Amino acid sequence: MNYIIPVFVFISIFVALIKNRDVYSDFIDGAENGFEILKSIIAPIIAISVAVEMLKASGAMDMLFSAVYPLCNAIGFPKEVIPMVIVRPLSGSGSVGVLTSILNTYGADSRAGILASVINGSTETTFYCLCVYFSMTRVKNNLKALPCAIIGDITGIIMATIMVNLLKF
Amino acid sequence: MKYIWSAIMLISIVCAIYNGKVADIPLSLARGSQNAITAVLSFAGIMCFWCGIMRIIEKSGFIKVIKKLTSPVISLIFDNAPDTAREQIAMNMSANLLGMGNAATPAGIKAMHELDKVNPNPKTPSRDMCMLMVLNTTAPTIIPVSVMAYRAAAGGNPTSVILPIWISAFSSVIVAIICVKLFIRRDL
Repeated sequence: MNYIIPVFVFISIFVALIKNRDVYSDFIDGAENGFEILKSIIAPIIAISVAVEMLKASGAMDMLFSAVYPLCNAIGFPKEVIPMVIVRPLSGSGSVGVLTSILNTYGADSRAGILASVINGSTETTFYCLCVYFSMTRVKNNLKALPCAIIGDITGIIMATIMVNLLKF
Repeated sequence: MKYIWSAIMLISIVCAIYNGKVADIPLSLARGSQNAITAVLSFAGIMCFWCGIMRIIEKSGFIKVIKKLTSPVISLIFDNAPDTAREQIAMNMSANLLGMGNAATPAGIKAMHELDKVNPNPKTPSRDMCMLMVLNTTAPTIIPVSVMAYRAAAGGNPTSVILPIWISAFSSVIVAIICVKLFIRRDL
């Protein structure tokens, strides 16, 4: 798996040379276009990042945790992993922070550690994606895609819990 | 998005008043904005690099090969994606599968932009745009490199989670695709 990226880059440049393309100016042209994309995603990222920090600082996040504790107890979902479920859709760096703290507190091979790893590996930062991917479109109201994405996330979390219970970690 | 974002912001401020944490709000505004810029700067370089490589692939025609390989899947799940969008979708999906997130994002944004050009009702996303969205919010990966790295760093077995991650990621992407097909009306 260490080979994926080097081989990919090698083939890309090699094929272009065979086709007699000016590889260097193509690269510069594309990388410049990357800046345009970055420019269009900076503002959405600021918006979502501020919202996440506000949720944390105001104590709203903690209130949300304590609200879902009883529910999770009822269905047997380990409460240590709840922060992962709530932070994961909002922020990639935030969920990495949650993951490492769970891994270090409860152990990477504990049930909570395994479940948090599986959830982190099999779901994505849904709200962040929603903000970023539509940043270059004319779409004003992108909520249409959200329910399906959330159903996908919930499926992932449920399957992760089932898998971890089945494999008896 | 307008409602979700406003709701988060307003609820946070009300909660801060309720919890007596109003003093932390200005700080969190500054920290959030700063985090965003730090994050963007940290992946800006590699993202521009991948955009450069992807332009090489487009110009050399190699992207057509990738498009051909993924074409059966794309035709199956998308309604009527034009050729330019198909190329970017192909790049986005393969980059996601190979775990190259920083290459997947610009390709995905470009794909969304191409799909938007043929969107009959530009105020709301077309079904194809929703489809591309859920493919990225569920984003199955063949090798979950980053999770494995964090597990190894914490002294755990990195590979034990691969199989459960595959199963839950692929079931979530399949459920999400079916949901889009069932619940979102096809555009004419």
